[in-house]
Amino acid sequence: MSKELDEFRRQFEAWEQIELAAFLKKSPERQAESRTVTGFPLKRVYTALDLAQTPAEDIGLPGQYPYTRGAYPTMYRGRLWTMRQIAGFGTAEDTNGRFKYLIAQGQTGLSTDFDMPTLMGYDSDHPMSEGEVGREGVAIDTMADMELLFEGIDLENISVSMTINPSAWILLAMYIAVAQKRGLDMHKLSGTIQADILKEYMAQKEWAFPIRPSVRIVRDCITYCARNMKRYNPINISGYHISEAGSSPLDEVAFPLCNLITYVEEVVKTGMHVDEFAPRLAFYFVSQSDFFEEIAKFRAARRAYAKIMKERFGAKNPESMRLRFHTQTAAASLTKPQYMVNIVRTALQALSAVLGGTQSLHTNGMDEAFAIPTEEAMKIALRTQQVIADESNVPNVIDPLGGSYYVEHLTTQMERAIFGVIEEVDRRGGTIKLIEEGWFQRRIADFAYETAIKKAKGEKVVLGVNKFVEPGEKADIETHPYDPASAQRQLDRLQRVRRERDQREVDRLLDRLIEVARTETENVMPVTIDLVRAGASMGEIVGRLKALWGTYRETPVF
Amino acid sequence: MSDIIRVMIAKVGLDGHDRGVKIVARTLRDAGMDVIYTGLHRTPEEVVDAAVQEDVDVLGISILSGAHMTLFPKMLKLLEARDAEDILLIGGGVMPDEEAAALKAMGVKEILLQDTPPETIVTTIRRLVAERGPK
Repeated sequence: MSKELDEFRRQFEAWEQIELAAFLKKSPERQAESRTVTGFPLKRVYTALDLAQTPAEDIGLPGQYPYTRGAYPTMYRGRLWTMRQIAGFGTAEDTNGRFKYLIAQGQTGLSTDFDMPTLMGYDSDHPMSEGEVGREGVAIDTMADMELLFEGIDLENISVSMTINPSAWILLAMYIAVAQKRGLDMHKLSGTIQADILKEYMAQKEWAFPIRPSVRIVRDCITYCARNMKRYNPINISGYHISEAGSSPLDEVAFPLCNLITYVEEVVKTGMHVDEFAPRLAFYFVSQSDFFEEIAKFRAARRAYAKIMKERFGAKNPESMRLRFHTQTAAASLTKPQYMVNIVRTALQALSAVLGGTQSLHTNGMDEAFAIPTEEAMKIALRTQQVIADESNVPNVIDPLGGSYYVEHLTTQMERAIFGVIEEVDRRGGTIKLIEEGWFQRRIADFAYETAIKKAKGEKVVLGVNKFVEPGEKADIETHPYDPASAQRQLDRLQRVRRERDQREVDRLLDRLIEVARTETENVMPVTIDLVRAGASMGEIVGRLKALWGTYRETPVF
Repeated sequence: MSDIIRVMIAKVGLDGHDRGVKIVARTLRDAGMDVIYTGLHRTPEEVVDAAVQEDVDVLGISILSGAHMTLFPKMLKLLEARDAEDILLIGGGVMPDEEAAALKAMGVKEILLQDTPPETIVTTIRRLVAERGPK
């Protein structure tokens, strides 16, 4: 330890014994101990002594390994984060209208929410789809829907994110087919599909097939895009849903990194070098309510990723070690009571995402706890980001909390705990085995249960719910109306596509799909692109593969 | 007959949000009830058949996908068709207040929305079962 630090330690101890002790005697603190949401114990003050526990090379500089201080050398001084409000409801035409509204309001990227049948790979006319068509997102059955969804939108210049998983590769195929029909340059398309199937089994619970063939599809998306779409992110490895399902902030980052390891291992097995695809791997996290823990979480995620890619997978290209992520503020933190307060919660969460160095951001609507958002709610949510971007002066200094005794300490604590989880998963036999055993699911359920108990006891304060409650409050809010006619319009279009297509060609391609699926070394993307171009529906493609691969039934743990 | 309350907790339709349903299942189990959780993605027919077969007192359905105005009326009809209206149907999830009120008017015994304290769920179920009397 340096001489200065030694001197400081003596000063600190003296302060504790004299000033602090005297003050505490007169006026005790509000609570004996405090912790972060994850449970890391908090000190009353952090000092140079804490900072000394983080090696200087772990902090580094922006755009430099291990990227603690940011993914790029100039961060928001160069380009602001992408303001990417998610939208999706009704038919493709309805959502296309909302997209155009958001672009007119200054939004800089698109993000698409799909309805439950589309997310699960069912057509709109399947019995399981009843009541769900176009409800929670937009309904997409065939390429005809996709053409309408992006009608009048310049796909070479606006990036498109599609929040979809088990059926993601079909949506990607439709997107490619639409772009090809317009004669666009595939290497100019940017955006992402979520396609993170492992977290589905852990948390969000949308699946079509068993785990192994599902991971193979993810592998195929990654290798296809690496060769054919240089700017496209073929996966968004997500912590968001793990957190919303109830996990701690630690697990929200640690579990996706376990999933990352599984995907990278699968792709590397095909003979592709890690540097050929890793630069396009992208992440998606939540921003929860513990302001500084969230900032530390984002910084720790970047550092842990950099080390994993370099040390575990031997990446040489710095771009393979640079974690880029989208953030969404925490939907589950928003309340129905006193719903206007949600704007304030969201603003703080958005600020911690920006201080954590996010590449793009969705801020939730104040009406999140009621229904999908209205145009007005989305406008205020977007304005929240614009206040941070244009009025707060925050974006003009890179990683402004870098060097903070507290934030650096918490970042290091978080990073070490992340590697603790990864080591435990390795020791217990790996991610897929532990999903099958329900290990992740139980950890999430346990933390969710503890959180519910803390809320019920008032230990975790939620204004309007367990503190400052206003009895008899009547919610005066206009919610997004569901248009029941939109489901019928969707069914009509699906039937028209089926009527007008060359059925023999579709049948031939479906047979070809099965051959490809049987051959582990082949890639499912090209034949799927041919299928959607020929007018095959998502449900038909998924249905044929379910006949081959089977489906998935979870053994629930609670 | 035993006075232990038997509850089936179910997820109907494509909705995969199971954070709340698991907390409810665990809370009721810890409160000494007999709890069966169906797991995800069940059809209304599967759930009602299972509830009848298991002879439960209470059937709790969790829906966060917005399909509640389609699925709850369907569940009520199925219970009626199987002559099982003494199974108390309750619901949980995310929905506007007017729709919760509409579902209660149709015959859903209680709708417990987001942020309902676990203790309230337990007391509500005990009260509903006591009001109904023995089956």
